[in-house]
Amino acid sequence: MEESASPTPAPGSMLARQRVRSAWLFLLPTLVVLAGVAGWPLFRTFWFAFTNASLADPGPPEYVGMENFATIWDDPDWWQSVRNTFLFTGVSVTLETVLGMVIALTLNTRFRGRGVLRAAVLVPWAIPTVVSAKMWGWMFHDVYGVINEMLLHVGWISGPIAWTVDPKLSMVAIIAVDVWKTTPFMTLLLLAALQMLPEELYEAAKLDGAHPVMVFFRITLPLIRGPMMVAIIFRVLDALRVFDLFYILTSNSSESMSMAVYARQQMFEFQDLGLGAAAASLLFGLIALFTVVYLVLGRDSVAQEAA
Amino acid sequence: MRHVLFAMSVATTLVVPTVASAAETVAIACGTVGKEFELCKQGSEAWAKKTGNEVKLVSGPTDASEQLTVFQQQLSAGSSDIDVFRVDIIWPGILGAHFIDLKPYISDDVVQQHFPAIVKNNTVDGKLVAMPWFTDAGVLYYRSDLLEKHGQKPPATWEELAATAKLVQDAERKAGNDKMVGFVFEAKAAETLTCNALEWIDSFGGGSIVADDGKVTIDNPKAIKAIQTAASWIGTISPQGVLNYEEEGARGVFQSGNAVFMRNWPYAWALSQAPDSPVKGKVGVVALPKGGADGKSSGTLGGWNLAVSKYSKHQKAAADLVKYLTSSEEQKRRAIQGSFNPTITSLYKDPEVLKANPFFGTLLDTFTNAVARPAKVTGAKYSRVSSDFRNAVHSVLSGSGKPEEKLKDLQKKLTAMSKKGKW
Repeated sequence: MEESASPTPAPGSMLARQRVRSAWLFLLPTLVVLAGVAGWPLFRTFWFAFTNASLADPGPPEYVGMENFATIWDDPDWWQSVRNTFLFTGVSVTLETVLGMVIALTLNTRFRGRGVLRAAVLVPWAIPTVVSAKMWGWMFHDVYGVINEMLLHVGWISGPIAWTVDPKLSMVAIIAVDVWKTTPFMTLLLLAALQMLPEELYEAAKLDGAHPVMVFFRITLPLIRGPMMVAIIFRVLDALRVFDLFYILTSNSSESMSMAVYARQQMFEFQDLGLGAAAASLLFGLIALFTVVYLVLGRDSVAQEAA
Repeated sequence: MRHVLFAMSVATTLVVPTVASAAETVAIACGTVGKEFELCKQGSEAWAKKTGNEVKLVSGPTDASEQLTVFQQQLSAGSSDIDVFRVDIIWPGILGAHFIDLKPYISDDVVQQHFPAIVKNNTVDGKLVAMPWFTDAGVLYYRSDLLEKHGQKPPATWEELAATAKLVQDAERKAGNDKMVGFVFEAKAAETLTCNALEWIDSFGGGSIVADDGKVTIDNPKAIKAIQTAASWIGTISPQGVLNYEEEGARGVFQSGNAVFMRNWPYAWALSQAPDSPVKGKVGVVALPKGGADGKSSGTLGGWNLAVSKYSKHQKAAADLVKYLTSSEEQKRRAIQGSFNPTITSLYKDPEVLKANPFFGTLLDTFTNAVARPAKVTGAKYSRVSSDFRNAVHSVLSGSGKPEEKLKDLQKKLTAMSKKGKW
């Protein structure tokens, strides 16, 4: 796509080798820091997953092989948490993508006050999740909550609903909060992609008398597919490791846990560091798998981009 | 690992420094909710003034399981940040290894003034790992003005409670108070639900989940009846929201005048009688109802103790602070100002204490014969037992499971966990 600042030297030449070397040198500090703050803890987690490490027992942990993984595999609560996490991820990311696209297209047109609106849209994204979860928790409260108050006022419900109690309803509440919070993020990424598109294409389409819907599906969508996929995968990875929303907005019963909440419970509430680490490793494995699939699938789309 | 945990523990606590400068600084974590925090602060500062030391109050999460999590991280990291810990009655078995033996610092005759059952509970492998500070048992609060208005008396059985609550709730709603509910209690899937549900089961004579000999006893007709009874309240006399209430959630509804009955710990008494409380002078307290005519009144044994960390750098000063805070004078002050139940038997005959908390005298039996959670027998597995138990109960209450099936599954699960009753 872009021209690099200086012409690339012939591969294998002295100059090229030197450049590669200095590139690595420049990267070295970053790599060292990353290995220290990300690699090492991750490695420790993997190691604990194969031991019977416990917070209650100060002695050194013993190696127990795959026992922790087997325990988790047989635990219906774990599978419930997997189901919850996937349902949450699927529904919330879909909604965020669609809504984000609608808002981005709106903000992409020229009208007065666009700048202000663009900044205003970002407010939910700027609030820390814990804070917004607590805030929504109060809004969803069965006795004092403003949401019940509004619904009762309009007459959509006959009596107050305890949103955060029933596992099904609390899922609705969690998804609603996540959509409210993360749609701006989607909007921003999609808007950035939209603003890169050349005007001429749209002028040409207008001259040919193409319908706006047709223009969107035939021109806009194919052109921003790459950035859109990046945005979606970002959100999927983020949503799979959701913790705070579930932890604050549900009753924390085993029927309404996410995978991260399950891992925390094993690790800290039950002092079973080994089991918790195994659950965390499984979660990590799953996210890694998604990333790999995306990279493989994304490769041809990136190739198309470059073409 | 230690460093990581240490850093985490530092990050998860908020340190509130207090004034003065002196020989030693003792850090104490004692309660997080308004009144209790205040009382502890006053008590600790009085000690500091008396001894010329300094105290630092550390506050943490409000939920007991969360506190346990944070304390556990600090203690397993060997952190010396906190010297004195406020520990729940069910923790000595879980955290005992991290605390010092208080016997060398506190004389036998002082220890013997306290309820023997609690002292026994806090003695792990012959070491007194925590001093009793205040005891707790579930009690029933009721709106005396409303019962009088509708010609009702405080209920003796759960059936009576349900009938009275329904009658008063419906009459009040007709009269225009549409926020009125009959009965609030704590049913969030947290330790507090374990306490509530154990009270129902025990009042019907359905045992205490795991018997003292380690046998799992939860799957029995009386326990099923108890959970069924509780499930019938949801949506009739109790709002669905109770399934997410902890103590403060229930108290919020009751103290704002929107509930006829409330199950809670004694601490709610002093707060309900505060000058700015909407229900001041309109509240009565009785023992929790019986499970049917041949049942009994029950209350789950709660309560908090003070322990000194093995990793503390000021063990002597810390033990002295514990001695001061658990002393008769300090317990009396806390009972009068915050209705925290003393653990010293003689204080239940003290006229000033009884004047401030009339029910301390009438409910002495409830406090001395409270039912204990099976923490001692299940040891380090207790957190799991409690979690499985309350999840089973929670799913019955929220209508997604049948009590017969849930308790049967629970029996199976706990029996497998207990390695045939050996734990």
